[in-house]
Amino acid sequence: MIFRPSHFTAVLLFALFASVVFAITQRNTPKQMMRYGAVSFAAFTGSAIVLSWLMFLLAR
Amino acid sequence: MATSSSKPAGGQKTESSGFQYGPLLAGWLIPGAGHFLQRKWIRGTLLLLSIGGMFVLGVAMQGKIFTGAQNILDMLGLAGDLGSGLFYLISRQLGLGADGAQVTTADYGTRFIVVAGLLNVIAAVDAHNLHTGRKQ
Repeated sequence: MIFRPSHFTAVLLFALFASVVFAITQRNTPKQMMRYGAVSFAAFTGSAIVLSWLMFLLAR
Repeated sequence: MATSSSKPAGGQKTESSGFQYGPLLAGWLIPGAGHFLQRKWIRGTLLLLSIGGMFVLGVAMQGKIFTGAQNILDMLGLAGDLGSGLFYLISRQLGLGADGAQVTTADYGTRFIVVAGLLNVIAAVDAHNLHTGRKQ
């Protein structure tokens, strides 16, 4: 089986899996886990988008 | 003293004796197994799906599985890969993973495999903390 995702799909998958593990291991209650997981996912994807734009602008 | 006791934040007293590293070892060998031993079924399942999915997708992206350490970066990669426990050992036995990154996605795959191992170490330590009562 060969899987070739786009850059952004790879970012989304990475953010999803890492956020789930971070949420479960860093918080105690399900409510806190949901919140932490959502914030973590947004931070992963958001920072990837911001850094991508910065690198694009710096390379011009 | 063979018996140790601790009081978790919830006020519930937990007593454990003997070998305390079962959940840590189980969690390292199979992602989520440490949580299954604590009867945390949902957490264990989510960890298994996340870490296992990340490792499998990394292999499917033709990521490299480190087998030896020629330089410091290989050594760090090998340390990360070893965190996946049985996933790593079985993959090596089956000869899965590419020898080197041939395409861009293979580089992502290599990172996915390494990070899956590192996340598994965090999950195994969490299972140990649940067992000792440091976390609820």
